[in-house]
Amino acid sequence: MLKVSDLAVEFTVDKKTIRPISGISFEMQKGEVLGVVGETGSGKSLTAHAIMGLTSLVGGKISGQIVFEGKDLLSKSHKDMQSIRGAEISFIPQNPMTSLDPVYRVGDQIVEGLLKHLKITKWAAKKRAIELMEQLRIPNAERVFEQYPHQLSGGLKQRIVIAIGIGTEPKLIIADEPTTALDVTVQAQIIRLFKELTVANNVGLLLITHDLGVIAQICDKIAVMYAGNVVEHGDIKTVFSDPKHPYTRALLDCIPYIGMKKGSLKAIEGNVPTPSNFPKGCRYSSRCPYVIPQCKTEFPETIELACGTKVTCNKFDLNLPRH
Amino acid sequence: MSIDYQKTKKHKSPLKVLLKRLAQNKMGLAGVVVILILIFVAAFAHILEPYSYKLQDISNMSQPPSLTHLLGTDEFGRDLLSRIIRGARISFTVGVVSVAMSVLIGLVVGGLAGYFGGKVDLILTSFADLTWSMPSILIALLLVAIIGPGLESVVLAIGLSYWAQYARLIRGQILSLKTSVYIEATRSLGASDFVILVKHLIPNSISPVIVAATIGVGNAIVLEATLGFLGMGAQPPTPSWGAMMSSGTAYLFISPWVIVFPGIAMMITVLGFNLFGDALVDIMDVKNRESNL
Amino acid sequence: MWLYIFRRTLLLIPIFFVITVVVFSLIHLVPGDPISSLLGPGSTLDDRDALLIAYGLDQPLWIQYLRWIKDFVMGDMGQSIIEKQPVADMIFYNMPFTLRLGLLSLAISFFVGITLGIISAVKKNTIIDYISMIIALLGVTVPAFWLGLILILIFAVELSWLPVSGSGGIEYLILPAISVGLGGAGLVARITRVSMLEIYNQDFVLLLHAKGISQNAIVIKHILRNAIMPVITILGLRLGFILGGAVSIEIVFGRPGIGSMLLTALFRRDYPVVQASLIFLTMAVIIGAFITDIIYSYADPRVRDLYK
Repeated sequence: MLKVSDLAVEFTVDKKTIRPISGISFEMQKGEVLGVVGETGSGKSLTAHAIMGLTSLVGGKISGQIVFEGKDLLSKSHKDMQSIRGAEISFIPQNPMTSLDPVYRVGDQIVEGLLKHLKITKWAAKKRAIELMEQLRIPNAERVFEQYPHQLSGGLKQRIVIAIGIGTEPKLIIADEPTTALDVTVQAQIIRLFKELTVANNVGLLLITHDLGVIAQICDKIAVMYAGNVVEHGDIKTVFSDPKHPYTRALLDCIPYIGMKKGSLKAIEGNVPTPSNFPKGCRYSSRCPYVIPQCKTEFPETIELACGTKVTCNKFDLNLPRH
Repeated sequence: MSIDYQKTKKHKSPLKVLLKRLAQNKMGLAGVVVILILIFVAAFAHILEPYSYKLQDISNMSQPPSLTHLLGTDEFGRDLLSRIIRGARISFTVGVVSVAMSVLIGLVVGGLAGYFGGKVDLILTSFADLTWSMPSILIALLLVAIIGPGLESVVLAIGLSYWAQYARLIRGQILSLKTSVYIEATRSLGASDFVILVKHLIPNSISPVIVAATIGVGNAIVLEATLGFLGMGAQPPTPSWGAMMSSGTAYLFISPWVIVFPGIAMMITVLGFNLFGDALVDIMDVKNRESNL
Repeated sequence: MWLYIFRRTLLLIPIFFVITVVVFSLIHLVPGDPISSLLGPGSTLDDRDALLIAYGLDQPLWIQYLRWIKDFVMGDMGQSIIEKQPVADMIFYNMPFTLRLGLLSLAISFFVGITLGIISAVKKNTIIDYISMIIALLGVTVPAFWLGLILILIFAVELSWLPVSGSGGIEYLILPAISVGLGGAGLVARITRVSMLEIYNQDFVLLLHAKGISQNAIVIKHILRNAIMPVITILGLRLGFILGGAVSIEIVFGRPGIGSMLLTALFRRDYPVVQASLIFLTMAVIIGAFITDIIYSYADPRVRDLYK
């Protein structure tokens, strides 16, 4: 349903060109949940914005290919994208606390999207908005409809934002860290809600998070991002049981578990490089324990392994000398 | 033994940083050039003027601009360019002196209100707010009426009608600084109220005031011209830009240049101060929105 | 909300009294007295005393104030010493002219300013932005009276489209209102631009784009709607600054009005007229600021909740 190939975004700031993301490829099927995971600064959100066609609004240049339901999204005009955004692909933003317009009633903000994309009357839209809110288990939906964002709790605002995202029955929902701003208890509820929605409506969910726990709970597939590249992409079970890329392995090692020995919690040394000083070869080479000389000079190829996992690492390039 | 941190770490002087940032700001640079030219003209007006500013020439009344009189002559046959050059001196002086006065009053009122809070703050702030909401032209007019027209009273009147803005700014700044850790530390070391206020709080809240004062000089020049135009400013034959335009109004249809050129001179001047002030907002990173009104 | 408005309205009363005290005492500092100008040649000191008593000028200042303020609130603002007619009549004759000029100027400030601000913000860092901002800056820097004179030269003298001076229909109001309003328009444009650019970077704008709302709807319905609130606040605070130009503009265009009445009275040292017109002008500005404050607290649901 969604196939992203070799996606890259370029920004020009002060006459210097940077490419925060490049060579992004992954795909997902109808009704699937794809988790995109990576540290802060790995380019997850930018990837999401690129698929939505939102980067061009801030002056980014997109290249590569995004095919959604057989439509080439990058060849669409601004106007066409406007009728796809919010209708066929919807977006649930990172921070529900600040993602609602403070001067309009929350109900009207749900209605706004419905009126834009569905051919219905104002009255019907209001009715549908209240139904959606009830479906998301918002208590006193009719009263909440009339309220302003500052009068609602974070959990309620998150549900409103989700209602905006699902109201038009999109085929694909992109959720950018939808639970980071919430309490842990609310997080679990929201995650469960997402799972229900995707199963019930057979929609695709592209879930961006840095929380591997969340991924393990609801995702079917995973794409691991590092410094603007997808380094590993495959079935969730395969990747979790047998991570191929050194970075994925390191990430999984960082998850604490009950019964682990004191002091055995691991962390990855160093930081994600910023777009202006990405290493020349493999971008993980500066932190990778398995680094070979080629990693410093040659950008690794993406290789599809027998287990179906696609990995971007020189370790698996059979043309390179073993050691 | 004390360690001199200044020596161990290399510091760029803040002034150098500001100058460097200013050099990258084209609009601000244009403003600086205008202000420098104004200062130059004001300082050397007596040398620069092609004729004496008060030399009347009845045979050359209300002449349009020509090669002998580049900007024409007024209703007494006086050279307009010379009078505008002299006027620059007056406008500049009035602007700077009156703003200095406003800032001083503002520092005292705002400083006291912000530092002591409570009733002092309430009374001073309501008074400042009341003054700020009144049209400054009305305050100035009334004050000039009390003191009597003339250049000195114009300076005094402008100074007394613009202080509220600076008082508000300083008060706001001090309120936010007062509770900061380093002021607490200074107080715990036993510094007196006066020392804290004058040596720490005011110097640290001065940058928005500098920005506002830069733009304020422009406003003061406009106010001086308006008072002059209404006949309440410098009295003839003093060549204040406003007074020149005031006497020129009667001849608006005969010699419009008497109105047009002093106005353009003033426009460029005020624009210069505004551009420089706007640039200061950027390069000094002033967050306060009120300072660039 | 109504309670808030009621409390704010009550607050206007002490402000009124403070203003009357300040104006009254300042006026009595003005040197020179109108009595001398009333006395003909060859009049005696007794004549002078008789006039002083007749106008109540022999009493201590605070008694004069109390008498005057009592009459003032009853609607009797005294007699003009020069014009020999009730000040109240003069005020009520002139007030509508000033109000009309003020309101139209304010409307120009608001709409021209907002339009320039939107254009600038939407076309940020393009040549259109720079041109709009230079126009806005010129609006702020050029004094109203000069603009008035230049407009007369262009539109009344050269093009003969509009009358040079006087009062009457709307055609007499256009040039004066533009002269006063353009300064405010510059101010409004600059605030609108800054405040729209601030709003533009907020998270909720991203979600609006993601919802597929058109660029125009986002700018007008959401960004402008949010950005307008600081504009209203500052408009209220700077009302005096924006309308200050009206005083000199009434002189330039030879219009009747409180401003020109005040100036004439100032020159002739006609105390009662000066007092009354100063108080009316100041109160007009303060009530205007009060109204904008109410509008502001109504327009922003967050502020509205504070006063519930």
